[in-house]
Amino acid sequence: MLKIENLQARIEEKEILKGINLEIKPGEVHAIMGPNGSGKSTLASVLAGREAYEVTGGSVDFLGKDLLELSPEDRAKEGLFLAFQYPVEIPGVSTTNFIKTAVNEKRKYQGLDPLDAAQFLRTMKEKMKLVQIDQSLLSRSLNEGFSGGEKKRNEIFQMAMLEPKLAILDETDSGLDIDALRIVANGVNELRSANNAFLVVTHYQRLLDYIVPDFVHVLYNGRIVRSGTKELALELEEKGYDFIKAEVEKETV
Amino acid sequence: MDVKTILQDTFTASSSAHSGLSAFQQESWTNFSNWGLPALKHEEWRYTRIRNLFTDKLIAGQHQLPTKETISSYMLPGLESSNSIIFVNGYFVPELSHIQDDESSLIIKSLDTASKDEDAPFVKQNLGHSARYHTDGINALNGAFAAGGVYMRVKKGKSLTAPVAIYHFSDSSNGLRFSQPRVLVNIEAGAQATVVEHYINLGSGDTLTNEVLEICTSQDAVLYYIKIQDEGNASSHTGTTHIRQLAKSLTHAVTITLSGKVVRNNLNMVMEAEHGESHMYGLYLLEGETLADNHTIVDNAMPHCYSNELYKGIMDGHSTGVFNGKIFVRKDAQKTNAYQSNKNILIGSNSAANTKPQLEIFADDVKCSHGCTIGKLDEDALFYLRARGISIENAQALLLHAFAMDILDQIKDEHVRAFADQLISKRLLFTI
Ligand SMILES: Nc1ncnc2c1ncn2[C@@H]1O[C@H](COP(=O)(O)OP(=O)(O)OP(=O)(O)O)[C@@H](O)[C@H]1O
Ligand SMILES: [Mg+2]
Repeated sequence: MLKIENLQARIEEKEILKGINLEIKPGEVHAIMGPNGSGKSTLASVLAGREAYEVTGGSVDFLGKDLLELSPEDRAKEGLFLAFQYPVEIPGVSTTNFIKTAVNEKRKYQGLDPLDAAQFLRTMKEKMKLVQIDQSLLSRSLNEGFSGGEKKRNEIFQMAMLEPKLAILDETDSGLDIDALRIVANGVNELRSANNAFLVVTHYQRLLDYIVPDFVHVLYNGRIVRSGTKELALELEEKGYDFIKAEVEKETV
Repeated sequence: MDVKTILQDTFTASSSAHSGLSAFQQESWTNFSNWGLPALKHEEWRYTRIRNLFTDKLIAGQHQLPTKETISSYMLPGLESSNSIIFVNGYFVPELSHIQDDESSLIIKSLDTASKDEDAPFVKQNLGHSARYHTDGINALNGAFAAGGVYMRVKKGKSLTAPVAIYHFSDSSNGLRFSQPRVLVNIEAGAQATVVEHYINLGSGDTLTNEVLEICTSQDAVLYYIKIQDEGNASSHTGTTHIRQLAKSLTHAVTITLSGKVVRNNLNMVMEAEHGESHMYGLYLLEGETLADNHTIVDNAMPHCYSNELYKGIMDGHSTGVFNGKIFVRKDAQKTNAYQSNKNILIGSNSAANTKPQLEIFADDVKCSHGCTIGKLDEDALFYLRARGISIENAQALLLHAFAMDILDQIKDEHVRAFADQLISKRLLFTI
């Protein structure tokens, strides 16, 4: 589904991704962990098409297409979804209107008719139940004045509405209380299928108890320095990143 | 013939010795002759060149009337049977106008008539007050043609059931049409009214409209005023809306400019009584070569007044938005609260915004603030929308519409608001 080869990217002359290799197949869940500032959000942003980042090398294949050639909106319409670490507040744009526009643009791209008001409402209701998000939140301006947890839940709600093939969740668990974490994880698990995949960026093993990953990768200093199964996450939780940092230093000497 | 001669001939042909307005018109003409049209070196006209709009091709004076059907087709949706004042080429046309409200609430008649009947004292006292704030030929030129104007009075304690819509039709089918509408409005004590203005070019030629609208509000009166300019890019406009609070009242103005060649709007809020409240909102959404210049004045002469002002601009293409906001706080106007803000977004790489607050404060116990911004669309917000599959065009449109909403929301009449929103949405090309 997604094949990243030797991906390098920088922002304002600063090299951040220094050669990322990663392959994700349909049905898989991958987790990315790593210390602050290692480049996790950068990777997510580059995949989503943020123009501030300059790709200086490597390639990304998404469902047979050259992902890096697509505009951010076309990536989304092809089935990529990024749940932002910091969802943006947009005053004056109603959440419902925004989601409707997004859903219908995607449908248009797929050659489908736009959802009429009734169909849209029905889908909304169904997905709202899935992530237990309140109607009153959706009638407000997009993320404006939402609490940290409400913003994250809104991201998952949008994901549920757009039904992506590959969803990248950038620290969706941070800022969530225990119940919300379970709800978000349940939402993800409900949407999991043999045809879609997830890339979950997190700092905490906790989330991975709910969303059990097939693979865990450690991103450090712009590279994936370890890959393993879910046990790797447990090991990190126990030992911290120091042992990996030490090993990496040793290897590069 | 040169412009001066064309204007002189029109003036001579249209002035009548029998009017109660002839002294005012004659004086205005003399002022115009002395001052001429404002040049760029005039301090108040630094960004806005209008002299070149007055060419010797200019057509002034009355002309044949459009049909009732034509007029009807331009009415604001929902206001078809509302009070309407029809101007054609700057001349009030009573037979095409319509008064919906009862005679016991609303009077609409020609300014000429008003200058001779029971309203004559009011006309004599208040007509031309705006000239004190605009000592330039353009205001005076309008005064010279005041006999074609309209007078409107909302009677004591009455709230109109429907807005008064003023439609300005300019017929440019024979070439550059010059129109000079004049309006005098008297909102008596405790009365409430909504006045909306709209401009229509009936031909495919250029139009030039030079308007003066003067409104007086009495004790506890409430006035909502909305000016919607979307006459097309062949149209130029110089207009003054002069609102005087003769006694404590609430006045509220929204000015929306969506197209035009050169557009100059003066808006004055003259607060002559204690505890007055005034609001001024503006939106200019420009593209192409349009230049829109909003000059506002809030003049606080008495204590305890409140004014709030927010103008927003979106400039695309080669367009230019100018905002100049003056606030005077005279020495007796203690406890004045006056706020002003101007926010601009530049979309086109060749677009420009000029913004200038001018506060002149002669009282010491006042609260005044002003601020202005010129920026681009928020990149983070744009990316967030695009990352959800919304095209860059629609993402921009959503954000710009949200930016404009602050102003649109200020229009209290739902029909007028819906009409303005529809024009704005159409302009932003929101498609799905
Ligand atoms: N605009 C920018 N200019 C300069 N440096 C930047 C910019 N944006 C990000 N960086 C740097 O890139 C590095 C990687 O940042 P990134 O956000 O990808 O880290 P992260 O792994 O997601 O961290 P966290 O776990 O804290 O979310 C950091 O050192 C950050 O300071
Ligand atoms: Mg991050």
